[in-house]
Amino acid sequence: MRYELSPLEALEAESLFILREVASELDRPVLLFSGGKDSAVLLHLALKAFWPAPPPFPLMHVDTGHNFPEVLRFRDERVATLGARLIGVSVQEAIDAGRVTEEKGPRASRNRLQTQPLLEAIQAHGFNAVLGGARRDEEKSRAKERVYSFRDEFGQWDPKNQRPEPWGLYNGRLRRGEHLRVFPLSNWTELDVWHYIAREGVALPSLYFTHPRQVFHRDGMLMAHSPFLPLLPGETVMTRAVRFRTVGDMTCTACVESSAATVEQVIAEVRASRVTERGASRADDRFSETAMEERKREGYF
Amino acid sequence: MELLRFATAGSVDDGKSTLIGRLLFDTQSLLEDQLAAVERTSQARGDEYVNLALLLDGLKAEREQGITIDVAYRSFATAKRRFIIADTPGHLQYTRNMVTGASTADLALILVDARKGVVEQTRRHAFLASLLRVPHLVLCVNKMDLVGYDADVFERIREEFRQFSMKLDVTDLAFIPVCALGGDNVVTRSGRMPWYQGPTLLHHLENVHIASDRDLIHLRFPVQSVIRPASTKQFHDHRSYAGQLLGGVMRPGDEVKALPSGFTTRIQSLEVAGRPVAEAFPPMSVSVTLEDALDVGRGDMLCRPGNPPTVGQDVDAMVCWLSDAAVLGAGARLALKHTTRMARAMVKRLHYRLDVNTLHRDVGSPGLKLNEVGRVTLRTTVPLFFDAYRRNRGTGSFILIDEGTNATVGAGMINGPAVEG
Repeated sequence: MRYELSPLEALEAESLFILREVASELDRPVLLFSGGKDSAVLLHLALKAFWPAPPPFPLMHVDTGHNFPEVLRFRDERVATLGARLIGVSVQEAIDAGRVTEEKGPRASRNRLQTQPLLEAIQAHGFNAVLGGARRDEEKSRAKERVYSFRDEFGQWDPKNQRPEPWGLYNGRLRRGEHLRVFPLSNWTELDVWHYIAREGVALPSLYFTHPRQVFHRDGMLMAHSPFLPLLPGETVMTRAVRFRTVGDMTCTACVESSAATVEQVIAEVRASRVTERGASRADDRFSETAMEERKREGYF
Repeated sequence: MELLRFATAGSVDDGKSTLIGRLLFDTQSLLEDQLAAVERTSQARGDEYVNLALLLDGLKAEREQGITIDVAYRSFATAKRRFIIADTPGHLQYTRNMVTGASTADLALILVDARKGVVEQTRRHAFLASLLRVPHLVLCVNKMDLVGYDADVFERIREEFRQFSMKLDVTDLAFIPVCALGGDNVVTRSGRMPWYQGPTLLHHLENVHIASDRDLIHLRFPVQSVIRPASTKQFHDHRSYAGQLLGGVMRPGDEVKALPSGFTTRIQSLEVAGRPVAEAFPPMSVSVTLEDALDVGRGDMLCRPGNPPTVGQDVDAMVCWLSDAAVLGAGARLALKHTTRMARAMVKRLHYRLDVNTLHRDVGSPGLKLNEVGRVTLRTTVPLFFDAYRRNRGTGSFILIDEGTNATVGAGMINGPAVEG
């Protein structure tokens, strides 16, 4: 007998440990669940970590109002099946109430507007640990983030002042008003997530698999045609077989041409891809070299 | 396939970022958009070549200042192994970051500049790697191109480091001459150093034997939480103890002892999310059902009846001090986290400050400042269930937390029970 775990089993063991630490040390955790693949995997791990008890925290989703209907449908089905509590946070409501101001112009995106309503919801509910599916391989500033990411009373991340985490000894002590963002999938990669989806049969929105969609080219990416994204002069709509590598706000999430209809085919495609997940599909990271870091400093998820 | 975690260390400008960039580039772990971004930035900065080091500096301040601020974690895989790199900067906060990066590493990779040879920073990093008991150490002699790929230079550095490392507790040590910029001996064998017969860096990383680094003898299972579903009919009587195994092997039917109560019982079943497993071993996260209902909760520990850890409130330990705001001296009171157990601790005595460059013991030191290492005696409010760090990195380590700011200010490695009590 060789007492050895595969990399995927070792990552799973680490994630289960982190989820249980959070639930043990912090009295008001919440899990961000958007219906995307990373949060679907995170939710799956949470179900495992506390089995047969339900995860001891509610779910929360920040809806920009520009989300893909397929994803919202999947989110609601999942929540209903589990009998879980979902806290909905609406960017549209925040705009209507004048708490945040919508960007203008054809390239306007609500992605950045999520930060303020998220922080308000964290405060209103008194959450002190916000579990999310972010991974270090997504973006270079994410690679610098601790598993327990400390946020001050303004929700800010200070990369120069992070708590060391030697031996996986996480420090969950907080003062009132502060909170932690916790990332149990920190050490996973896009491919790990897909392998785990295959191994565990994790259900996903149909969007992740090939389907015909009306799309158009913008900035070297294929964007989904929708009322939220007015066409610029010279842009024309066409129908293509596509799938999404990430799901987020429709105004900044692009798709890729693909014939992958099954998880196995997606794995083969991801393995062969020469472009990162974010590079292929996130327009908002292209604003500047430090777009993600700047959003994160403000309190972005 | 196994997962190998390794930490990198080296002085500023030793080419550490370039080496990692090269490792990622030559294993095809970098994708087109990442490379395009590096090319753009290199061009904008006026670099003469594509600066692979830019891949690793993820923060704005790092790119502006051209330095690395904090540990970054990166993954890559080959057909043989999956790797997680803890990229620790060589700068000011070296101890703090290296402790974090090396604490969970299977291997430490230390870089030296072939022109400079073994310098203070090399000795410091090697000492920290040995203090943290990283099981495998690789000394990469970089920039061999700048010394004409000279075998004698490599031999001299190897001999000097070997002499120094005899003072340390290093069990597995390898030396590899490389040129990170050109990729010599990183992933592909160099034709420019025919005198070197050993493996390339990647080959070494892929093949170093790590399976026996874990303790499979002494059962150590710190309880993280008690799983007791409320009021569901189906699981009315369910009570299991969740946690991650830090040592030993567990099987259903095994006799176990619960600390601190001292009661013994047998393991009824082991499960991962309701799926029974026949055996559990480190680092598995499982839940354990016991035959008898015992009083067991978070912070308690399951072990074998004849083979318990040390139970005690007086601990002799090496501490790395991580705070720039305070000094650690006798009388200091702090919160302490050890496995899943929280306690408060008082520093009863600071025996000495260890000069990490000369290994000299400064017994007159009034206190440890940022990045200093020293030996202390601690008294804790509740008993800890511990082993010497050299026996088990999980049950032998702890962190210290400032009770005012809640910052993690110390990383400790237990030598054993304090002798003077």
